[in-house]
Amino acid sequence: MKYLFYPGCSMQRSAKPYLDSLKLVEKTLGLESVDVEDWNCCGATEFSSVNRTASHAIVGRNLALAQEQASGTDELVAACSACYLNLSKTDHFMREDADFNALVNDALSAGGLEYEPGSVKVRHSLDIIVNNVGYDAVKEKVTKPLSGLRVGAYYGCMIVRPDVNERFSNPEEPYELEDLLEVLGAEVVDFKMKTQCCSGHMTQISSEVAYDMIKQIVKPAVEEEIDVLVTLCPMCQLNIDAFQNEMNKHFGTNYEVPILYFSQLMGLAFGYTEKELGIGKEFVNVSPALAKIGKTTEEVPTPKKKKKSKSDPSLPMPKMPIHYRGGS
Amino acid sequence: MANSKTPSGKPRIGVYVCHCGTNIAGVVDVEDVANWSAEELKDIGVVLSRDNKFMCSSQGQELIESDIKEFGLNRVVVAACSPHLHEKTFRGACERAGMNPFFCEMASIREQVSWVTKDKKKATEKSKSMVAGAVNRVVYHEALEPIKVPINPTTLIVGGGIAGIQAALEIANTGHEVYLVEREPSIGGHMAQFDKTFPTLDCSACILTPRMSEVGMHPNINLLTWSEVENVDGFVGNFDVTIRKKSRCVIEEDCTGCGICVQKCPITVIDDEFGVGIGTRKAIYTPFDQAIPNYPVLDKENCTYFIKGTCRACEKFCATNAIDFEQQDEIINVTVGNIILATGYDLFDARKMPNYGYGRYPNVFTSMEFERLCNAAGPTNGEIVLRDGVTAPKSVAIVHCVGSRDKNHNNYCSAICCMQSLKFAHIVYERTGAEIHNFYIDIRTTAKNYDEFYQRVLDEGTLFVRGKVAEITDVPQNEAEEGKLIVQAEDTLAGLQRRIPVDMVILSVGLEPKGDSDEVAHQFGISCSSNGWFTEKHPKLDPVSTMTEGIFIAGCATGPKDIPASVSQGSAAAARVISYIEMGELELEPVRASVIEEICSGCKICNDLCPYNAIIFIEDKQVTEINEALCQGCGTCVAACPAGAIVGTGFSNEQILAQIEGLMMDFSVPEVV
Repeated sequence: MKYLFYPGCSMQRSAKPYLDSLKLVEKTLGLESVDVEDWNCCGATEFSSVNRTASHAIVGRNLALAQEQASGTDELVAACSACYLNLSKTDHFMREDADFNALVNDALSAGGLEYEPGSVKVRHSLDIIVNNVGYDAVKEKVTKPLSGLRVGAYYGCMIVRPDVNERFSNPEEPYELEDLLEVLGAEVVDFKMKTQCCSGHMTQISSEVAYDMIKQIVKPAVEEEIDVLVTLCPMCQLNIDAFQNEMNKHFGTNYEVPILYFSQLMGLAFGYTEKELGIGKEFVNVSPALAKIGKTTEEVPTPKKKKKSKSDPSLPMPKMPIHYRGGS
Repeated sequence: MANSKTPSGKPRIGVYVCHCGTNIAGVVDVEDVANWSAEELKDIGVVLSRDNKFMCSSQGQELIESDIKEFGLNRVVVAACSPHLHEKTFRGACERAGMNPFFCEMASIREQVSWVTKDKKKATEKSKSMVAGAVNRVVYHEALEPIKVPINPTTLIVGGGIAGIQAALEIANTGHEVYLVEREPSIGGHMAQFDKTFPTLDCSACILTPRMSEVGMHPNINLLTWSEVENVDGFVGNFDVTIRKKSRCVIEEDCTGCGICVQKCPITVIDDEFGVGIGTRKAIYTPFDQAIPNYPVLDKENCTYFIKGTCRACEKFCATNAIDFEQQDEIINVTVGNIILATGYDLFDARKMPNYGYGRYPNVFTSMEFERLCNAAGPTNGEIVLRDGVTAPKSVAIVHCVGSRDKNHNNYCSAICCMQSLKFAHIVYERTGAEIHNFYIDIRTTAKNYDEFYQRVLDEGTLFVRGKVAEITDVPQNEAEEGKLIVQAEDTLAGLQRRIPVDMVILSVGLEPKGDSDEVAHQFGISCSSNGWFTEKHPKLDPVSTMTEGIFIAGCATGPKDIPASVSQGSAAAARVISYIEMGELELEPVRASVIEEICSGCKICNDLCPYNAIIFIEDKQVTEINEALCQGCGTCVAACPAGAIVGTGFSNEQILAQIEGLMMDFSVPEVV
């Protein structure tokens, strides 16, 4: 499969390991990604509140470039949640509102560009991997299963809300990442804060608010004995990783929850080295967690579903829809 | 093309332009329209033209009558409101003056002009066009005679909830026969699942079950439960209905309803229907003790005999040999004159709002689960406890508007949730003494004694937070939240975010149309609103009728309603049916489509288009035929026929073309330079 790739600023610097590991994963899965040439910043999370038209015009420029450079594909893929959301939103608003479309295209015309809304399909790397490549194809490439590693899937908010193109299973309780991690052989914990906001740029604006929000994610991860949180967003990774120590100082706690990108875990399962995947650059040391991989913990036999005894007074739980679990 | 018919007699047309108070006259220069018509349309046959403040008043009608007699009018055009409103009125006036009523035509210059046009000049010109169209058209009108159909006095009622029960009893008590068809094993509907009814707090079963047993024993009611309507043919006065009576594996004639089979059945399963997944039942069961009829139903999917071929415990213990494992579905054909659809509602699926954690957190309950929980016949014998089955909650949150008034789900108000939530608050207060928080958007307690009930709940100390709940979580942020469900909401009165820890959450889920309401509507030839509720003939003035004659609707099938409103509608629909039965025969509007057999190519294009199922294909002749009584004259098939083989009475090509010609007439006054 071939697609255009929009790297975004974070992945050039702070999230370089994300980009590096993703490129290796793409290679293994036979995904042919071509970078959009001459792309610019997506405006991150704040700009749209400052100047709506300008914020969408700079995203529109990226879309216009993608439209121009697209050959043999109409898919535009981003791996950063903010980039993905901004590209999706601009395309969506331009599609929905003809006046706004005219306004943005007017701005684009100053640079000799034009974008026809809907002409490229904005996708996230995770979406491509689970929906186009598929769990079974991923499973085939696993050479070193991540057994023994307790992981919590942490989506953050931007990839699933607002999910304007309805690409993910659920805005509050998505399950794509969990299913993928299960395919990689990891022990997946149901992480309740999985779509909670990491506080975004609040670390720069009001650190107290940010620390509180980071704690809300880290503390339950510790309580669930999660070895490593798995993210798909540079912003989430930065906040949970780089600010965890500050947060600990602020609250007088000593939490230690490492966080990696899903592509890094995929790379490990595909047999790449930690160095190749950019692992080791984190603030919170991930080595103790990764040392657990392959060390089979005592096999706890999964308790057979006991038939409800007659003396059990509890009421039945509501039936929930069954979703895909691990390609079995 | 059919030969154009010569208009009967030289047209002498009277034009009447209505002011409708200021409704029309406020925007349209009615006097100008009247004068212009008299002057410019006289060549077509207009002999007089008048304007009047209220044409629909008796004085206005008398004016038409006397003009017909005095000036020998043989055509009348009234430019006023929509024909939906007053066509009957003006046709009546013409008829009283000895004219065939179908020589009267209306131009809708209120709905189509004055209410939707701001510019007075443009509105006046458009009114003139409309009048010119009507005048041009009425020239080609023909005398029509209404179609008369006899009314079969038997009635079909679909749905045995409280609305259907009420309608069935009303009709049966007048001595007419009723078929009451219910999909579930028992009648009673949702009301049978409730514990108490608001605002009087009577026991729901106590007031409902006498009505149910009355239905069960009524000599004029043929009760068919565990049955569904498969097909409907025919038309008002004479519908042919096919009903599938599903196999119960119980011979009704022999069953005494003793219940020994239920008692001896070794299989207990979760009751997902009546027990909403929170209670249990046997593989052979009646949904509840007072079920009507009390013959059980065997659930083949869970029955050991149907799975493994052994057991037959029910059969062994049945004293009257009423168990029949081989019993097949039965097809019953009945002929009825009228049909009432009282098919009820479904509840919003709380799983669609994962932020409320239903299905994830054990102690988040839906309103219907809670109804079963506090019902003495429910799984806990009325004990209000958490999902563990033993612990009484010390604090309870009740969330209003779950899935209602929410643009992500249903944008409408479900009408009953406020009162239902207040009822729950009272029951929790009375039985557990727990602290109660109600999270609401607005409190809507509009019916009789409802607001008084709200005051009572306020006095009991229930706490109210105005704000939509953002999320329900079990992840604590402080010690007080440990082990609790935390309800987070913006308190829009205090202007702050609240996190309230509680033991139990009740989600007051909204009402939704039945999942198959679209198919049911299609089957009976009626329509649904965009939300999926059945559409009334008129939302205010004819709320229990539909656009299809002989098909009536009642209860929540038309939209969310409380019990008193559902009962009223059941009675109202019954009254409409009874009046049809009493009339013996019905006069139908003669505006009908008919097929010219010689031209019809048998292409069947029109066959699936008819919204009233009035078109049938005659296989041996290979032509299409239209059932006169079923056709409502909508004209869809007329327009669709590629061969022009279908003509609409009252909507002939000549009439339509003449009307268009009138509308397009150039009467603009040259601009003075």
